[in-house]
Amino acid sequence: MSDALLMVSGLGKRFGGFAALSDVELHVEEGERLGLIGPNGSGKSTLVNCLCGTLRNDVGEMVFGGVALNGLSAHRRTRLGMARSFQLPRPFPTLTLAENVRVPILYAADVKAGVVIDPRRRCEELLDMVGLLAKADRRPADLTQVEMRKLELARAMASKPRLLIADEAMAGLSHQEVDDILTLLMTLNGQGVTIIMIEHIMRAVLAFSQRLVVLVAGRKIADGNPQDVVRQPDVVAAYLGS
Amino acid sequence: MRNAQFILFALVAAAVTFIAARLIDNAYVFFAGYVVLQYIVLATAWNILGGYTGYVNFGTAAFFALGAYTTVVLHKAMPLWPLPAMMLAGGVISGLIGLGMGYLTLRLRGTFFSIATLAMAVVAQTLITNWNFVGGTRGAYIIRPMDSTIFTGDYIQYLFLIMLLLSVTSVAVARAIEHSPLGYGFSAIRDDELAAEASGVPTLRLKLIATVLSGGLMGMAGAPLPYYVTYLDPASGFSLSYAVNTIAMPLIGGTATWLGPVIGAILLGTLQQVATVTISSALSLLLVGLLLVGFVIAAPKGIVGWFKQ
Repeated sequence: MSDALLMVSGLGKRFGGFAALSDVELHVEEGERLGLIGPNGSGKSTLVNCLCGTLRNDVGEMVFGGVALNGLSAHRRTRLGMARSFQLPRPFPTLTLAENVRVPILYAADVKAGVVIDPRRRCEELLDMVGLLAKADRRPADLTQVEMRKLELARAMASKPRLLIADEAMAGLSHQEVDDILTLLMTLNGQGVTIIMIEHIMRAVLAFSQRLVVLVAGRKIADGNPQDVVRQPDVVAAYLGS
Repeated sequence: MRNAQFILFALVAAAVTFIAARLIDNAYVFFAGYVVLQYIVLATAWNILGGYTGYVNFGTAAFFALGAYTTVVLHKAMPLWPLPAMMLAGGVISGLIGLGMGYLTLRLRGTFFSIATLAMAVVAQTLITNWNFVGGTRGAYIIRPMDSTIFTGDYIQYLFLIMLLLSVTSVAVARAIEHSPLGYGFSAIRDDELAAEASGVPTLRLKLIATVLSGGLMGMAGAPLPYYVTYLDPASGFSLSYAVNTIAMPLIGGTATWLGPVIGAILLGTLQQVATVTISSALSLLLVGLLLVGFVIAAPKGIVGWFKQ
């Protein structure tokens, strides 16, 4: 377990008197598909924000690929190979789709590889992967909700991450659209990208995850085989009441 | 068009402008033209921070006047320095002020940043007003050098030429940024700073680059001012009309590209000069206000944005 891709220990974050996360332990192996669930307000997004550097954790250690993350800014973490998609898509509205994807190619992927890649071709590859190549010159305002999620994933993948954190990439999508995103994430995982999926749609989480972690009120209450975890009495109680 | 080609093209355009002005053979053309060119530099510089990066700076007058006062100091301390050297010094001073201001204020977003820049301008003006060496409230008289090293003729032609070259430089810089990684980084910051960070953009460093470039160019634009007006006092150097004009010009021309501030500065600058001569100088600010209101309603993306539709 010492060579896990991501190791989190004793992580805590308070907002004033409210403990959003307390004493969270988490490890993610290279190539793993991890599901992260929990009721609203359980601290899932706070955990993502602490991991990605958008928020500073108060206590605890995070080690990613052998590098301690505490004190590193968000863009440094992205360059280390940790990418995220936002819960509500946050595209760059005045840039075209191709330019949206180009930003992380120029600022994250290039810097990491240290070799000059052809950004235009890489843009096209990424947009093609998510099926948006035909709209490469359009702006995000022209996209549907599911296309926006796909752009979000393409932009996250543009930084060539080792770990992708998909924060509710499927919320509000139709059955068919959920399957689209699910297929996309499975393909990425097949290419060797470790994925943490945060999701409320249980069908998707159970189909996707090799391991399931449950957060309730900022604490981790379960971690293990998805089928076992969802039958655990305290998990059922957290979702349905006891 | 490649950058080198563009610079060549811009230099040719500048040469044509200068020759045309010489052919008219009227000193006032150079006087008025100087102001228009100065606004091309100011509007372009403002747009690097305001248009590309999305941080609205109300403190143009401070950067501009600090460049001008650098010249006043150097004129007294090192009277033998040539004007281009003084301009570089003015650019460095204003660039450093930009860096300092950036560190202190760039954590503020939107309106709060703008108010902080305005406050910075007030602080700078107060300091200069109370600094006796540069004349304080009395102002400073600057005697123009006898010869301009290049022309035996009018010194104003020399000032015009220098400002012409500076405007070519700043437009070339702005245009080069636009399609460089730096430009994409600036746009990402303007659109969504959080998403920019998540995409690996070092937002603070890029914003500091923008404030230094923008402030430095404004300082360089201000540096020849004492030789142009020959008398400089804080109230005119720090005049709010510099800040207002410099914001209005990119907004009228369009903030998305290098061309917008140039069009806005030429249009508004010329209009103001013509109005000053034919009607009254007080009318020029009214013109700015009316045009700005008109454009905000009819063409919010400026003239360039209007034609792109």
